[in-house]
Amino acid sequence: MRFDRLGPAVEALAIPIAALAAAMLLFGVFMALLRQDPFEVYALIWKGGFASGFSWQNTLSRAAPLILTALCVALPAQTGLMVIGGEGALVLGGLCAAVVGHALAGASPLEVKIAMALAGMAAGGAWIAAAGALRQYRGVNETISSLLLTYIAIALFNHFVEGPLRDPASLNKPSTAPIGEANMLGQFPGLDVHWGLGFGFLFCIATYVLVRHTTWGFALRVVGGNPRAARLAGLPVGALVLGACFLGGAAAGLAGMVEVAAVHGSANASLMAGYGYAGILVAFIARQNPIAVLPVAILLGGISASGSMLQRRLDLPDATVLVLEGVAFLLILASETLYGRFKIFKSMVTA
Amino acid sequence: MIELGWWGVPIAVLGGAIRVSTPFLFVSLGECITEKSGRINLGLEGILVMGAMSGYGVSYASGNPWLGVIAAGIAGSLLGLLHGLLCNLPRVNDIAVGIGLMLFGTGFAFFLGKPYVQPKAPNLPAIAFGGWSDSPQIQAALQVNPLFLIGIALALAIAWALRNSRWGLVVRMVGDSSDAARAMGYRVNTVRTLATAVGGFLAGIGGSFLSLFYPGSWSEGLSSGQGLMAVALVIFARWNPVRCFYAALLFGGAGSLGPALQSVGVSSGYYLYNAAPYVLTLAIMIATCSPQRTLAGAPGELSINR
Repeated sequence: MRFDRLGPAVEALAIPIAALAAAMLLFGVFMALLRQDPFEVYALIWKGGFASGFSWQNTLSRAAPLILTALCVALPAQTGLMVIGGEGALVLGGLCAAVVGHALAGASPLEVKIAMALAGMAAGGAWIAAAGALRQYRGVNETISSLLLTYIAIALFNHFVEGPLRDPASLNKPSTAPIGEANMLGQFPGLDVHWGLGFGFLFCIATYVLVRHTTWGFALRVVGGNPRAARLAGLPVGALVLGACFLGGAAAGLAGMVEVAAVHGSANASLMAGYGYAGILVAFIARQNPIAVLPVAILLGGISASGSMLQRRLDLPDATVLVLEGVAFLLILASETLYGRFKIFKSMVTA
Repeated sequence: MIELGWWGVPIAVLGGAIRVSTPFLFVSLGECITEKSGRINLGLEGILVMGAMSGYGVSYASGNPWLGVIAAGIAGSLLGLLHGLLCNLPRVNDIAVGIGLMLFGTGFAFFLGKPYVQPKAPNLPAIAFGGWSDSPQIQAALQVNPLFLIGIALALAIAWALRNSRWGLVVRMVGDSSDAARAMGYRVNTVRTLATAVGGFLAGIGGSFLSLFYPGSWSEGLSSGQGLMAVALVIFARWNPVRCFYAALLFGGAGSLGPALQSVGVSSGYYLYNAAPYVLTLAIMIATCSPQRTLAGAPGELSINR
């Protein structure tokens, strides 16, 4: 690493870690007030999320969709757009993947899987690109339009899953027809983690390379920095915005496909588990940096995975981890204000 | 009993609109005040759920549902205050904090509300306006909760106050041009923080309606996203409190159109009616926006305008 980048890099690590520590202190006091031993609580969270191979598998399975939905925020953010509609892209991606998976029942499993991934990515990408197009060509705010599109997507999803596409065999829980056991995404060899995690990692690293090390990515960031200057420089601003939105939506759509093809086996209401909204927070805490999305998503996945451990051992409600996550997120978001205020990080630039 | 047939549909929609719209009305009025001051609070969902839980808990402990309503408002205003204070810090994004607050509010409410899932708390009474009719459908449709009437009065009062009172003018000035407000000697951050706290108070009350009247009990699946929808409602109402009332009726009525049509045998498109308000809001935004001009009536400082 070059020395002139060291200061900001250390700052970008130190500030969120300090905020996380403050959140853990605050939550520890809260636990102590409820007559729980905070050290035991944290030990159990560690144990439930990160201590054993089993808990890592649980953590990583939860992190996979979060990585992808966070990219749905981080990619458009490079062009200065704030998209919060990942949940909509996820459910539509899952629905399209399930339909394609069932329709191609006779084909070879590999072809079906590829077709499902493409269908999910196309559906999610088109949905978010629509929000980007509305912004670019009609001036409609993309934050609000993507939120509205999410509700429209959920209504469409419910309409199809409970109506025309409902599998008559799914009595208690309306679902589409199953994609079939052979077409499910398998596990990593030797691990109890599905391939969705691999998709997440690949997408994340590809996005990082694309954004930080290609001219296309540089153009994206120019648009995000100053759209007028980008237009003066002759950059195709509209195409760049739409491209970033499409790729972001494709990531969220792929998350839906992964949930269908690796977890549920068909599209049903379990898809709406709030991954789209949690992904927004992951992206913000990663400060829209595609590579930072990975550790943040894994941390969040680990904390969520430890909820049942706390419930079993200490008889705490399963929402306990939500409180910890909420406190941590609010403090890390607030710590945004601290950047550039400490001389020590600046002095490293000349070190 | 008189058979109403197809006439049952508009009556059921009207009844549903009156019954379901109250939380929409309160969250949208709260969001309207917050947005008028130039900030957007996406965390009203967390505040709503927190209000529902604390209202139910206090009503159960005290035996008086109205105390629960007040407690819900206080809990909501505390969360609103938190949002306001965090957003006062430079470079902190109000939309991101809102989503953080949504997670924190719902998580905290689920955590504290665990003991209240089972017990039955006293609910708010309803006023029966349908006594003149023999039809049970009409009687059921006109079971009006006092909070609904309070909400209407509040909408009118807020609309009047924003236009005519000193604080209304200050809030609008802060929301339209923080430079002008600063030049006049007002503290922009203080006004916005207070406006967010007041917005949280109203959203908390909206939540208490859910747990204390309809559906009338506390559970983790109580809210169906009414708090998140507040943002759409306020845009639909173009930042006008009286139009917030119509928007709340429309959003509430759209949700009951599906079940009402199903009761007379039309079952297709049940879920699509739920999306109608969002499609309408989006259509309004598309029709009135252009790259040169943002939504008419939007406060100038609002981050979604820039």
